[in-house]
Amino acid sequence: MYALLCALAVVTVFPFLWLLATALGSRGAVFAFPPALVPHPATLANFAGVWRTMPVGRFFVNTIYITGMGIVLTLLVSALAGYPLARMRFPGRDQIFYAIVASLMLPQHVGLILNFVTMMRLHLVDTYAAVYLPSLASVFGIFLLRQAYLVVPAEIEDAARIDGAGELRLWAQVMLPLVAPALATLAIVEFSAYWNSFLWPLIVLKSPDRYPLAVGLLYLSGLFAHNTRYVAAGAVLMTVPVIAVFVALQRYFLRGIMLGAVK
Amino acid sequence: MGRPRVEQAALTPGPPDLRPRRTAAAERPREGTPPRSLTPRRPDAVGWRRGALGRATVAYLFLAPALVLLAVFTFYPVVFGTALSLFDYNVISPPRYVGVSQFAALWQDRYFWTALRNSGVYLAVVPALQLSAIVLALWVRRPLRGIAWFRVAYYVPVVTSIVVVGLMWRWLYDEAGLLNYVLLRLHLIGTPIHWLSDPGIALYAVMLVTWWKGLGYYMVIYLAGLEAIPSYYDEAAALDGAGPAARLFHVTIPLLRPSILLASTISILAALRVFEEVYVMTGGGPIFSTYTIFYYMFDQAFNSLHLGYAAAIGVVLAAITALFSAVNFRLMRQGGLSYY
Repeated sequence: MYALLCALAVVTVFPFLWLLATALGSRGAVFAFPPALVPHPATLANFAGVWRTMPVGRFFVNTIYITGMGIVLTLLVSALAGYPLARMRFPGRDQIFYAIVASLMLPQHVGLILNFVTMMRLHLVDTYAAVYLPSLASVFGIFLLRQAYLVVPAEIEDAARIDGAGELRLWAQVMLPLVAPALATLAIVEFSAYWNSFLWPLIVLKSPDRYPLAVGLLYLSGLFAHNTRYVAAGAVLMTVPVIAVFVALQRYFLRGIMLGAVK
Repeated sequence: MGRPRVEQAALTPGPPDLRPRRTAAAERPREGTPPRSLTPRRPDAVGWRRGALGRATVAYLFLAPALVLLAVFTFYPVVFGTALSLFDYNVISPPRYVGVSQFAALWQDRYFWTALRNSGVYLAVVPALQLSAIVLALWVRRPLRGIAWFRVAYYVPVVTSIVVVGLMWRWLYDEAGLLNYVLLRLHLIGTPIHWLSDPGIALYAVMLVTWWKGLGYYMVIYLAGLEAIPSYYDEAAALDGAGPAARLFHVTIPLLRPSILLASTISILAALRVFEEVYVMTGGGPIFSTYTIFYYMFDQAFNSLHLGYAAAIGVVLAAITALFSAVNFRLMRQGGLSYY
């Protein structure tokens, strides 16, 4: 049993180790026979080199900014929208909820073309905002938060109202802390989504100094086709944060994915 | 929109009380118990009567950001993107109505047929992924020591950027890369295989990467599905004398149908819209052997600025997707136990 599990783990993890070995290696051809798996001497020169010769730092800052804005605003939009859907009664509530969920069935790829036209009209092409704006209204997020608000006991809300809390205060000071676990789950899932987003930034960003790592790395691999070790170092730099976050928070991460799957 | 959002597709409008066991028993969802009954006695109601109208306004204000964003970036572009397929549009000059002529042109377009055929081949990834993911989920479900770490190992490719994955595999697939080295040493091949530069092989090589990256994701979906099956079904079958194989094929797999339906639908959608792996690894080549339908749409829209033509390709792709999803739905529903 363990042999099978280990064999498959080798298949899934081994390419990463090879990437790391390539990035840490210092001399010799990358594609040497036999391939060097333990680089000696190991060196960080490639990391320094790629950092120095290419705007990798810039790509990093761009990625962090886009990911940060994306997560914060997605959380805000979801936390706002989920609240009335779960705890208020108003005309059209159920229709709005079903319309939001039904939007998942739409052929989003057709929308891709028009979203680019919209960004041109708004003069947002080649801006960071263009990257995260279309993803802010996350159906998954709204759904997740609605579920979280639904299970808040009515007594808590009653008590806050008797204390004279208005709707906004009730939401901000009573409800939000109670749905914090759902917000954390959403933040983790969105982190990897924004960090890795590739196709849309590739479309709306035109100048390399605004590229996030995903687009920048591919750009870099074109420029440094002859220096695989530099590109490998860049790839390692891009991958380490997201794998670190995943491994550290994997229980919450997988729970988030599972929540989405069961619903 | 442009980023991988598979986790969202994983949503289906289901009953709200299907939370994991942790919360389900302790706090039952209380849908339909809004605080309406309390409004008359609210102290702050004095002096300013907030009736049904005020309450609705507040609700709409909370919803406004999400609804505006969805309207502008989801509903509007899909509706008008579909309409755009009837127009000739290149961003610079205003759209010109051309009727269905672009669809007629597609019929004559050999690149379109090449792309369509490649995307059709790509669908073979779906059964391969689902089968292996189910087997894997059954494996990693056992309470073995350290099993959590194996799950992590299988999931790592899912959270890795497709660009990193693509570059990594490009090097593995290199003529002098690791894969050829291993196969040569094992004497499985005599000469290095040109994984990504042989038109007869490249498409399958890219499909293998899609399988590699997706395995962990579907494993988690099936894990969730297995968790949701009450254990007494299995126990009852065991009491009746069913062996492990019989229990698997006659109890577990049939009960897993909802998950299989969900996962295969997501997988079909993803396979028909495959783009990123191809873009990073082969760029559609060699000689269009990995050119997919989504790739053609991307090329027409953002490289040639034939936005109307691209929209027509998109509409055809949407129709094909709907067709395959419907067929899949039929297949997976058939004879299924309705146990939810």
